[in-house]
Amino acid sequence: MAHTEHTPVVRALYLDDDVVLDAVKNLRGKGIKVKEVYSPFPIHGLDKAMGLKETRIAMAAFMYGLIGLTVAILITSYMMNIDWPQNIGGKPSMTWGMNMPAFVPIMFELTVFFAAHLMVWTFMIINKLYPGAAPQNPDPRTTDHHFMIEVAAGEGVVDALKETGAIEIAEA
Amino acid sequence: MFVFTKKAKLFATALTLVGLVMMVIGFNTGGHDEATSHDAHATEAHADHAVATHGEESHAADVHAEDSHAEATHAEEAHAEEAHADHAEEGHAADTHGAHAEGHGGHEDHGAANRPWAAFLVNTIFFMGIGIGTLFFLAIQYAAQAGWSAGILRVMEAVALFVGIPLLGMLFLVITGTMGMHHVWHWMQDGIMDPASPNYDSLIAGKEGYLNDGFFTLRTVAYFVIWAGAAYLLRRNSLKEDQLPEGQTMFFTQRKLAATFIVLYAVTSSTSAWDWIMSIDTHWFSTLFGWYTFAGMFVTALTVLNVLVMFLRINNYLPWVNDNHQHDLGKFMFAFSVFWTYLWFSQYMLIWYANIPEEVPYYMARFGEFKPLFITMVVFNFIMPVLVLMSRDSKRIMGFILMAAVFVLAGHWMDHYIMIMPGSVGYHYGFGWVEMGGFLFYAGLLLYVVQRNLAAAPLRMKNHALIHESKLFHQ
Repeated sequence: MAHTEHTPVVRALYLDDDVVLDAVKNLRGKGIKVKEVYSPFPIHGLDKAMGLKETRIAMAAFMYGLIGLTVAILITSYMMNIDWPQNIGGKPSMTWGMNMPAFVPIMFELTVFFAAHLMVWTFMIINKLYPGAAPQNPDPRTTDHHFMIEVAAGEGVVDALKETGAIEIAEA
Repeated sequence: MFVFTKKAKLFATALTLVGLVMMVIGFNTGGHDEATSHDAHATEAHADHAVATHGEESHAADVHAEDSHAEATHAEEAHAEEAHADHAEEGHAADTHGAHAEGHGGHEDHGAANRPWAAFLVNTIFFMGIGIGTLFFLAIQYAAQAGWSAGILRVMEAVALFVGIPLLGMLFLVITGTMGMHHVWHWMQDGIMDPASPNYDSLIAGKEGYLNDGFFTLRTVAYFVIWAGAAYLLRRNSLKEDQLPEGQTMFFTQRKLAATFIVLYAVTSSTSAWDWIMSIDTHWFSTLFGWYTFAGMFVTALTVLNVLVMFLRINNYLPWVNDNHQHDLGKFMFAFSVFWTYLWFSQYMLIWYANIPEEVPYYMARFGEFKPLFITMVVFNFIMPVLVLMSRDSKRIMGFILMAAVFVLAGHWMDHYIMIMPGSVGYHYGFGWVEMGGFLFYAGLLLYVVQRNLAAAPLRMKNHALIHESKLFHQ
């Protein structure tokens, strides 16, 4: 996820997600710093095992939702009450409040729309997944059927990785 | 193993008895003090449906206006008009009917006779929701083969078994209703389906095939048999499973039973809501009323379950249940609060937009006399749980769950109150002996029955197929 610094690392490949999860717990228990894990799919509980900071995207999503709600209120109010008031189905169009029930679906949809879209874009930008970004994955096999743990190089690291069931270890 | 202490037993019993005494006081004073002077009219109360029939009121009230004045001295024949007198005050052309209504001002209190019964109905429905909602949730766990919840199924069973008691309360209300002791259900009024009677109402008469004393009682009995029966059978098999040799389960028996119950409940949840609540406003109908009532009941049940699991965890009865289970219960509570709001608003918006006379009277009362309560109820049931429970962490913090639970429970009690009161007692609503007494009565019974059931069996199922999965949930 995060950008990796140019410090020496050791990369170990694994064949099974449960083995990876146990390996991460094992390595961190020995005081080895797990810098990154590459996996073709999300592994449940891995974020906790790696000791990652809790995501703040939920707070961002709430803010985006509020923005969407505000936009919905402003556009319905401007379009339907200020710029071009229309009498639809005999409903009073003098004030926004009198029309409000009709606008609730719009308010709901725009809240969801803003929250969902902006959240995805935020996620992409934070993780440098925008178009043109340089690929960060060191081994394409981790997009298919392999898993990779990346740890900081140091004494005894390779042995520790071997013990956890790595099938291939490379220093870089 | 849960221990039902003497103290807790005493507390629950005392609560029930206090509630019972308060209800008796309430019934004897007709729900509130002013009503006593009008007790003579109690059995003939026609004004109880102040909001039921606006559709035809505009002309009906005109026609009856003269009759009523001509026969004003003849109290017994004036009943039909009294009903309209109340309607006139509902906001229909106050100028023309105002004088008429004043002339009969003394008879407005007819609805008061229904009040203790209606208040009992509110509490019965509220507590029924706790039982039946939990039973439905329990059945879902089996039908969906859910693993995470296996560790709290015993808690669900304990609450689900409670459903029989409010069902008995409902049977009591239905039978007294058919005997003519109250007219909470407007269509039970004498002569309303008889063309020769002054009470004749052609629209209600058209519903006679469904709304008649015999079939109505039969349906309530059927709900009792299906719901209480399902709760009993699920519990019985679950206890039987504990006695089986190690490793054998009754999972598939339970799953079949649960699936059967869910299919039956899909039908009975809607029809019971029509029968017990929607038929109060007899002229009115809403196609999603069943789901709307169900959503309110279900979220009430999930809230009670969440609080109960929390209480048991604090007291170390459920060491195999962790924050993740609690979090999931919180998610359900949050989700079904939103679901309830979605249905509530869907029902409201379509009626508001279409604005046709056969539908709007329902909301005229709720946006008139009952407006403060109505708005407060929506704030409690939607805004509060959404804001309190939205964040991930708050679903794991006991204080937040408890706070949201207070709002949700109060809100859904008010929601059931607003469904029932405008149609059955009209202006004579209030919060007094009967409302409070009925609540304490059922709350005491709920505490007693649930704790007794919890103490009757180990809280951890021995042979449930997914009990291990539940323990490892997110660990």
